[in-house]
Amino acid sequence: MADDFLRLENLVKAFGNNTVVKGANLSFNRGEFITLLGPSGCGKTTILRMIAGFERPTSGAILVEGKDISPLPPNQRKIGMVFQAYALFPNMNVEDNVGFGLKIAGVGTEERRARVEEMLKLIGLSGFGKRFPFEMSGGQQQRVALARALAPKPRMLLLDEPLSALDAKIRVSLRQEIRSIQRDLGITTIFVTHDQEEALSISDRIVVMSAGSVEQFGTPFDVYNKPATKFVATFVGQLNTLSATVADASRGAVSIGGQTVTVPKLPASAKTGDLISLTMRPEAMQVANGHMRDIVLDGTVSEVSFLGSVIRLKVNLGQGNAVHVDTFNDQRTPPPAHDAKVKVTLAGSDILVLSD
Amino acid sequence: MRRGRLWAWIVFALGALYFLLPLIATVQFSLSIRRDAITLDAYTNVIQSPVFQQTFGYSIIIAVAAIVVGLLLVVPAAYFVRLRAPQLRPIIEFVTLLPLIIPPIILVFGYIRMYNSSSVLPLTNTSVGTNVLLTLAYVALALPYMYRAVDTGLRTIDVQTLTEAANILGANTLTILLRVIFPNIIVAVLSGAFLTLAIVIGEFTIASLLNRPAFGVYMQNVGANRAFEPAALAVISFVITWGAMGMIQLLARFAPRTAALTD
Repeated sequence: MADDFLRLENLVKAFGNNTVVKGANLSFNRGEFITLLGPSGCGKTTILRMIAGFERPTSGAILVEGKDISPLPPNQRKIGMVFQAYALFPNMNVEDNVGFGLKIAGVGTEERRARVEEMLKLIGLSGFGKRFPFEMSGGQQQRVALARALAPKPRMLLLDEPLSALDAKIRVSLRQEIRSIQRDLGITTIFVTHDQEEALSISDRIVVMSAGSVEQFGTPFDVYNKPATKFVATFVGQLNTLSATVADASRGAVSIGGQTVTVPKLPASAKTGDLISLTMRPEAMQVANGHMRDIVLDGTVSEVSFLGSVIRLKVNLGQGNAVHVDTFNDQRTPPPAHDAKVKVTLAGSDILVLSD
Repeated sequence: MRRGRLWAWIVFALGALYFLLPLIATVQFSLSIRRDAITLDAYTNVIQSPVFQQTFGYSIIIAVAAIVVGLLLVVPAAYFVRLRAPQLRPIIEFVTLLPLIIPPIILVFGYIRMYNSSSVLPLTNTSVGTNVLLTLAYVALALPYMYRAVDTGLRTIDVQTLTEAANILGANTLTILLRVIFPNIIVAVLSGAFLTLAIVIGEFTIASLLNRPAFGVYMQNVGANRAFEPAALAVISFVITWGAMGMIQLLARFAPRTAALTD
């Protein structure tokens, strides 16, 4: 249900001649967990910093519940933020860090103490109040930073790559914790990351960005399964590309490795005889084991990567075509050997037709 | 390896002798006011002298004033340069070095010319005005040390992120400076303060030409008229300076520690 809690209208940010955000138009609902996803320099952090008030938009507006907050300084926006580098105040213990925003707001000592205790309980660090930041691990510090951001009951929470400095295991557990706290509090949250797995796993919706522009805005399911552009398809997950010749443009028939198959949609400009690229996800392809789908291609296994629950094969199909095929690890069936001859099969409907 | 260590000790011993011998000689001389005994009479004479107490007290007050004014000037300046205009840092550094390049004698004549009784701002007309002028002159003199100390302190913390973190929690610039930045650079600030104290306590040229009753001027007067007391004064002056340096070292232990970045 769209309620336009936060709306970005034609948001542009330029540093000199370099335009880093090129007219973002986005609308987020109350209580949503939104992720801004993209490679370094795509403008995701700049958007976050404009929402926080640390950067002034070159043009456009940032509306919260219909009111433009662009002219407000950061300390009047009632927004909580967690930074990549924790940014806990080294001279204050955990209690004072968490209570800082409340103290600034003039909350009384007793009420402040109770709220700090509530926050520490929320992040599972009760009893850590007297510790100083240097006495805590990175994961603990980041949880304190989260408690500090949430303590003054902000109307929105911004997370600027909060997990980047942590090791892999803590990243996973902390992101689940963040999501669970966010759900409990129902706070609108904007999370910036360049890690697609992180984005897919915790977001209600994802904004995929590239070179200052929004490439796609949708649910993790849509972004992964129905990528709007080639950039989205390649940035979010793995992608195979196959060369094919258009056999009959009017029927959507193409020839791949000598077989003619019908694809759901061809690029509008494709004519019969044109050489085109078809793309599909590695898990959409299977090594044929008697059960054939629309397209069957002969190939040779050139790489076998054992990833635990998944086995990733690289299969050379000849004529310069090579694809990755993901299959679930089945304990009763060993993976194909290197140089083994295999048949790769996929359904025509799994082919993604992408614009650049 | 062993030979290298021996050479290191020899060089260290030579260096120590170079610095310590004159000091030992001064201490010994200051204790020899009576021919037949080692006494602290020279120190007693100095400390009990009302002029010593007045000039020392005066210099301490001026030093504290110079420290306060210097900090009010340097901390916000260094903070804003780091935060908003890092490109200005080389220029600011050059400006703060100027007092080292311009001799105090030039500085004080400049001040006298600018602020004499026939100028627009005749500070030298009154005693208070001249005290203010002396304080400002000491602020300028201590600027290279104060700025560097504060800037080094700021370098140890992530000024921008801490500022932003406090800002989004509702703090204004003054609150950020007082509650977040200042407590985290307090040791550096105190280093700057003690360096200023050490410089101001013994300063002669500016105080003398502005005709102020400062400790440096008193030391010079005593040196010109007495034999053993100047040596005692020199030792006292050394002790004050070393005390200030020792305080810097001691305070470094209480610096707020920056947080570990990884698990």
